[in-house]
Amino acid sequence: MTTMQKLLQLPVNAVNIVKTVQSQVQGQEEDKSPVLTPDGGQQTWYNALQPDELRHLRSGGSGGGFGGGGGGGGGGDQEERAVLEEGGGSFQNQPLRHDDLKEMLDSNKDSLKLEAMKRIVAMVARGKNASDLFPAVVKNVACKNIEVKKLVYVYLVRYAEEQQDLALLSISTFQRGLKDPNQLIRASALRVLSSIRVTIIVPIMMLAIKEAASDMSPYVRKTAAHAIPKLYSLDPEQKDQLIEVIEKLLADKTTLVAGSVVMAFEEVCPERIDLIHKNYRKLCNLLIDVEEWGQVVIINMLTRYARTQFLNPNINESLLEEGGEKTFYGSEEDEDEDDEDKDKKAEVATMAKRKPYVMDPDHRLLLRNTKPLLQSRNAAVVMAVAQLYFHLAPKAEVGVIAKALVRLLRSHSEVQYVVLQNVATMTIKRRGMFEPYLKSFYIRSTDPTQIKVLKLEVLTNLANETNISTILREFQTYIKSMDKDFVAATIQAIGRCATNIGEVRDTCLNGLVQLLSNRDELVVAESVVVIKKLLQMQPEKHSDIIKHMAKLIDNIQVPMARASILWLIGEYCEHVPKISPDVLRKMAKSFTNEEDIVKLQIINLAAKLYLTNSKQTKLLTQYVLNLAKYDQNYDIRDRARFIRQLIVPTEKSGALSKYAKKLFLALKPAPVLESPFKDRDHFQLGSLSHLLNAKAGGYQELPDWPEAAPDPSVRNVEVKESVFTLLERVTTLTSVPEWTKCSSREKRKEKKVEKPFYSDSEGESGPTESADSESDSANGSESVSGSEVSGSGSESEESEEGSESEEEEEEEDEEKDKKKKKKELKKKPVQESESEQSSEEEEEERKHERKSKPRKSDSETESGDEEESESESSQSESDESESEAEVKKKKKAAQSKPPAKPVKTDGKKEKKEMSLLDLDDFEPAPSPQVTPVNSFLSSSLVTDLEGLSLSDSVLSPATIAPSSALKSYELLHRITGEGLSVEYCFSRQPFSPDANMVAVQIQFTNNATSDTKNLHMEDVKLQSGMRVKEFPEIELLPAGETTTAVMGIDFCDSTQAANFQLCTHTRKFFVSIQPPVGELMRPIFLTENEFKKEQGQLMGMNEITERLTLDVKCRNEHTIVQRVTTAANLSRVPCGSDKECRFAGRTVTSSSLVLVTVATKEEGAAQLTVNCEKMVIGTMLVKDILQALTQ
Amino acid sequence: MSTKRNFIDLQRHLKDRTRGAFSAAHTLLPYWHRVTHQWQLESAAEMIHSLFLINHTGDIFLEKHWKSVISRGVCDYFLEVKEKAVEPENVPPVLQTPHHYLISIYRDKLFFLSVIQTEVPPLFVIEFLHRVADTFQDYFGECSESIIKDNVVTVYELLEEMLDNGFPLATESNILKEMIKPPTILRSVVNTLTVLLFFPGSSNVGDKLPTGQLSNIPWRRAAVKYTNNEAYFDVIEEIDAILDKSGMTVFAEIQGVIEACTRLSGMPDLTLSFMNPRLLDDVSFHPCVRFKRWESERVLSFIPPDGNFTLMTYHVSSQNLVAIPVYVKQNISFFETGSCGRLDITIGPKQTMGKMVEGLMVTVHMPKAVLSVNLTASQGNYTYDLATKVLVWDIGKLNPQKPPNLRGTLSVQSGAPRPEENPALDIKLKIQQLAISGLKVNRLDMYGEKYKPFKGVKYMTKAGKFQVRT
Repeated sequence: MTTMQKLLQLPVNAVNIVKTVQSQVQGQEEDKSPVLTPDGGQQTWYNALQPDELRHLRSGGSGGGFGGGGGGGGGGDQEERAVLEEGGGSFQNQPLRHDDLKEMLDSNKDSLKLEAMKRIVAMVARGKNASDLFPAVVKNVACKNIEVKKLVYVYLVRYAEEQQDLALLSISTFQRGLKDPNQLIRASALRVLSSIRVTIIVPIMMLAIKEAASDMSPYVRKTAAHAIPKLYSLDPEQKDQLIEVIEKLLADKTTLVAGSVVMAFEEVCPERIDLIHKNYRKLCNLLIDVEEWGQVVIINMLTRYARTQFLNPNINESLLEEGGEKTFYGSEEDEDEDDEDKDKKAEVATMAKRKPYVMDPDHRLLLRNTKPLLQSRNAAVVMAVAQLYFHLAPKAEVGVIAKALVRLLRSHSEVQYVVLQNVATMTIKRRGMFEPYLKSFYIRSTDPTQIKVLKLEVLTNLANETNISTILREFQTYIKSMDKDFVAATIQAIGRCATNIGEVRDTCLNGLVQLLSNRDELVVAESVVVIKKLLQMQPEKHSDIIKHMAKLIDNIQVPMARASILWLIGEYCEHVPKISPDVLRKMAKSFTNEEDIVKLQIINLAAKLYLTNSKQTKLLTQYVLNLAKYDQNYDIRDRARFIRQLIVPTEKSGALSKYAKKLFLALKPAPVLESPFKDRDHFQLGSLSHLLNAKAGGYQELPDWPEAAPDPSVRNVEVKESVFTLLERVTTLTSVPEWTKCSSREKRKEKKVEKPFYSDSEGESGPTESADSESDSANGSESVSGSEVSGSGSESEESEEGSESEEEEEEEDEEKDKKKKKKELKKKPVQESESEQSSEEEEEERKHERKSKPRKSDSETESGDEEESESESSQSESDESESEAEVKKKKKAAQSKPPAKPVKTDGKKEKKEMSLLDLDDFEPAPSPQVTPVNSFLSSSLVTDLEGLSLSDSVLSPATIAPSSALKSYELLHRITGEGLSVEYCFSRQPFSPDANMVAVQIQFTNNATSDTKNLHMEDVKLQSGMRVKEFPEIELLPAGETTTAVMGIDFCDSTQAANFQLCTHTRKFFVSIQPPVGELMRPIFLTENEFKKEQGQLMGMNEITERLTLDVKCRNEHTIVQRVTTAANLSRVPCGSDKECRFAGRTVTSSSLVLVTVATKEEGAAQLTVNCEKMVIGTMLVKDILQALTQ
Repeated sequence: MSTKRNFIDLQRHLKDRTRGAFSAAHTLLPYWHRVTHQWQLESAAEMIHSLFLINHTGDIFLEKHWKSVISRGVCDYFLEVKEKAVEPENVPPVLQTPHHYLISIYRDKLFFLSVIQTEVPPLFVIEFLHRVADTFQDYFGECSESIIKDNVVTVYELLEEMLDNGFPLATESNILKEMIKPPTILRSVVNTLTVLLFFPGSSNVGDKLPTGQLSNIPWRRAAVKYTNNEAYFDVIEEIDAILDKSGMTVFAEIQGVIEACTRLSGMPDLTLSFMNPRLLDDVSFHPCVRFKRWESERVLSFIPPDGNFTLMTYHVSSQNLVAIPVYVKQNISFFETGSCGRLDITIGPKQTMGKMVEGLMVTVHMPKAVLSVNLTASQGNYTYDLATKVLVWDIGKLNPQKPPNLRGTLSVQSGAPRPEENPALDIKLKIQQLAISGLKVNRLDMYGEKYKPFKGVKYMTKAGKFQVRT
């Protein structure tokens, strides 16, 4: 009875129950027990053990004909019997007999027990009642055999609620299990304990959960998180205590726990959004490593969180949304207006001078960390990310989800169904997103009807002027389908396209009229209904169609269609004055046989005709009204009476009859055919409520964006070097495995070269300073600027934390890096204070820097390696900006200096004034870009420094790794080349045999099964002046191999293609190489002054200027430089202003200068200037760069 | 009259009205159930409340409840809809009943029907149900009613383990296998005969938990040991295409999947690289793949699960032309007079990259009016199912010299109007040793373990949803 002691926490009577029940089970003869005396609390128990059970309890011992020994031979025999019994068992009234099972459970052989349990579980699975076995089963809860135990658990969870008191017997076993050294046993004990829905054990559960929440095994902690909602549903009064546990588990750093605890949070206290603040960044960073189901829950929760904490990224657009929306369905002017709208928007946005929207770095963090999950194999995760982007991302970025959603359309049809519903909603708000994937929504005859209809919906939503002809052609095939429901839906879709897109209205109408001669009545009926709607828009033009339809009335039997035709004739009787009375005559004849809906329309028709053409139709109308008067349907009788009063003038008729004509023949507004998915996006996408278009129980509304962002500092956390468990290291997907680090190792070596630069300052700063800076960033309670700096600092640290998986020393390395960075950041205020004469101009300068900083960190690339280099470069950037500020100051001081050679003198002066230490700090700035300091360095030194630079390719194309960044073009496709595929790219290397030629690197891949021999070129056809240096013949290209060759082409500074034949030993292929204009030049190095001078000489006709709005992703300097240098082979010219990027080059053949300037302004506005002697090249280059910057 | 209510709605409405009495009877049962379990109303949300397995005839043969018991009566709503639907695929996956939501999937002729009470992302449930079916498939080799009935205890244990309180707990097959041993043929034989006779003490599973140690990696079990270490990768590409009457490609794309089978000891860390990763446009990965390395280097780096798994799926960028391996010439026509039609289909090789096209099969869903067919096939043989009106022509290998042909007459029900529509042809085919997109695995490296594994890569191209309109 030692187990009982643990139960002492129970209320006294509960213990009594347990005791007595147990004694009953053991000594079954003892049928009178003290508890059986009626007593309020125990009544339920008494009921639960009604005579049925009691009798079985008693008979259990006596009916033991089947010994344990017989089990061996009679296995199959028993199985049969058990099945028979179950058949009888379903009659609830008959006494259940499971004597043999009880026998087996009582035996001391585990194999028998197991066999019995298996049969019992099989019964449970089939939904048969096995509750009478409860006492026999529950005894085995302490069975040593794990297999039996598991099955007992299964049984217990199922029946414990029904037999609460007996279930209490098992509690002690679980309590013992909670202390087991094996984590799996601890976990399963907690699972079962929390699954037994018995109110009396709530305190025990609470205790167990609390203990498990601090268990050392993450698996047990996960189970604890699972247990929380169970306990909450059992006893909501425990909420406060449970929230404490949730808070504790939310702080857990293991990915195993994260998903489960957020689930518990969502169910117990979704309103306590404040609990998330401190864990927000951690959750974002852990997200990718959480198991799939947890990811879904976390993403959904974070969506809601972000809606309460951040500002609407589309705030500027949303103000103008109404204007945009109107044109959405607008027809003809759609395209033009869209453009205008954009312009207008931009104008308004600038004019309004609203506070420029800067995305909270935490908001960005969420978007960045969820994006990779679009690649998840789990459709639910992809959908969760998609809805997050739809609800939270800036408009320009939402597009990324389209591809992933289209991928899901390949999945099971159930997944397709849900995804299509969501896509349908999205296509209404953001049509452009899915336009490229139009064909993925084409319908196959094998699709289930519901999928067909949804795809049709999406296709209709996607229809616009440009693609409508393709879509209508598709629709034509659908109309021939065997699935008539689908055909009807198609006809409606055509109707919607016709109303939305004016150009095709007539085409659609004609098509639908043709359908009127279809043999299928359903098709005809549906067409009539749709035609009616379309005609309503412009009836004047289509009186012949109305006539045609009037003829149809003889044949069409579908009531809805007949009714529609009659309505049309009545409505537009003036357009068909001759036919309409005749139709009425026919209808009057068949009136009594018509359906109600048709009868009503006949009355309508009669009334309208009476008003317009009473001479011919007076009698007919009266006849119809008389018939209607005695109709069986009261609606029809009412209508007839009402209309008679209105139209037939009598003395009694009131004032209304004067207006009868106005009443009946008023101009009716054309119907708006709109998507059933319109406005469905007020439900959170991907939710059940969205799917049903009705609020499901427990649905939490997506909150509206706040007017002003709540304090972002609540998310700051004490940054400490988190000790990651081994588990995290192995599983972290973000971690880069050891062997791949070699490259970064090399980089590190390179860094070593720089070390001396930093070492001084590091020695000087010492550990105290870095500690200071750390606390700074943690507090975040400095001035505005201070907190911002620290904010971004800690963010980057967080993300590093996520990707950390290295050995100690590397961590240390990183640590140092971080410290360095910190110091750099910290330095700034120090220097500020140094400079005594801080003018306003400076102030502005700095503000701008700060503003641009978060943006820079926004565009941080994902990979760990790059991140490193990124941080390096941003560090250097901060260096530069500082030095720049420094220079400005100096300039201020020495304003009287002649402007002729300001840079040089400045530089010198700087050198004099700066302490050695400062110099150390500044000079190693890895990129020579901005600093005027560099302009007096020889160009060779610049290239040297570039070699040191870790930030790849920021500046000169020379450092661009030729293979990775170069765009390659297809010369010969694998299929046309019969297995030989050829690609070429412009390697941007000087072509050594002839400097006037552009080097073209050609890559041959032999995909065929046989070798290719004697690859060479022949029959070169060129425009005059062009020359080609052929590549050396490739003797043999074995199957499956790849080889490259280089050829040179002198394009004569034109983009004319070079045509030639590519020959193998068997075949010849005609191919051509056409260069983009950007490849016709080579970079040259210019100083700022030279640049300006040259630019001054290339004005007027030689200068082309274009305004543009930069792509959102392309608003920082780094990307601008990257995009321009990718588009054209130019080199960066150092420049004093960070608002301008300059590039220079010379054309390859004629060595004409090409100068490019990109000047950026507020809100992504920018101006592109190209100066070039060769105007054609200039114009083409402008076009190319423009595209590169705005794509 | 309202513009929204169209003819079809009206018809449905009428149908419903005639069935009114019938459906009213059905609503009673769940309602009664509701009253008896009143507490459920205030109970907190869980994701999946109950699961019912239903065969295609509508018998409920397994039920599992993760919380309180919900009466089977709730399935009546579903069964009613199922009766109405002509094809089982046409049953909407999400249904609303007065008190519950029913989310179901149809797999291998079985319905997995889950009962939901509160808001939950529908895809979450659907994806989970498919995972359950996948697990059954993995454990028992197939997922059919009989196999589930035979292994009902294992199935029940699996369900218990996969879902805790309606929230997924362990869904990775490797973890599950650690806790619940899959039945093997040997073991089940031994179980029924020998063990009980000779070793009455032993059961089919060890007496104690294997290790009590959970693997550090959710998808891989710990301490794997093989004498032969091998890793196989199958690159399987499917061509999805719609061809129009004249054989023009309306739409074509290539979807690929890499199925892997790894039997490697210890904790191997693999890196798989491609010759031409640029071909891959859109990818999705098994959770084991390190996404960041893919982003930066376009290589797949992962610690594989043990056994079979899907490493990645991909979509080949749409700029590339899709090679259509076969051409189809067809002519199916029905005559206005006389109750017959004619059918003539020829299939020949088009762009096969010099490989043999195998497993060629053509499926035609004939119009309902077609009573019987009288055809001759120059190669392979054909069957026509009178009940479902499906014509299947199994060709086998495609002979490039003599393109197979199927021609003959169709007899149409006399008196019935000439079928307006022509049926579409569904083509199935297989090409071994070829990835039609040209994707090639460059190399596979293993780190972290010392032994040398055997590595193998296989390519295959199949027709996916390959349809020819007529």
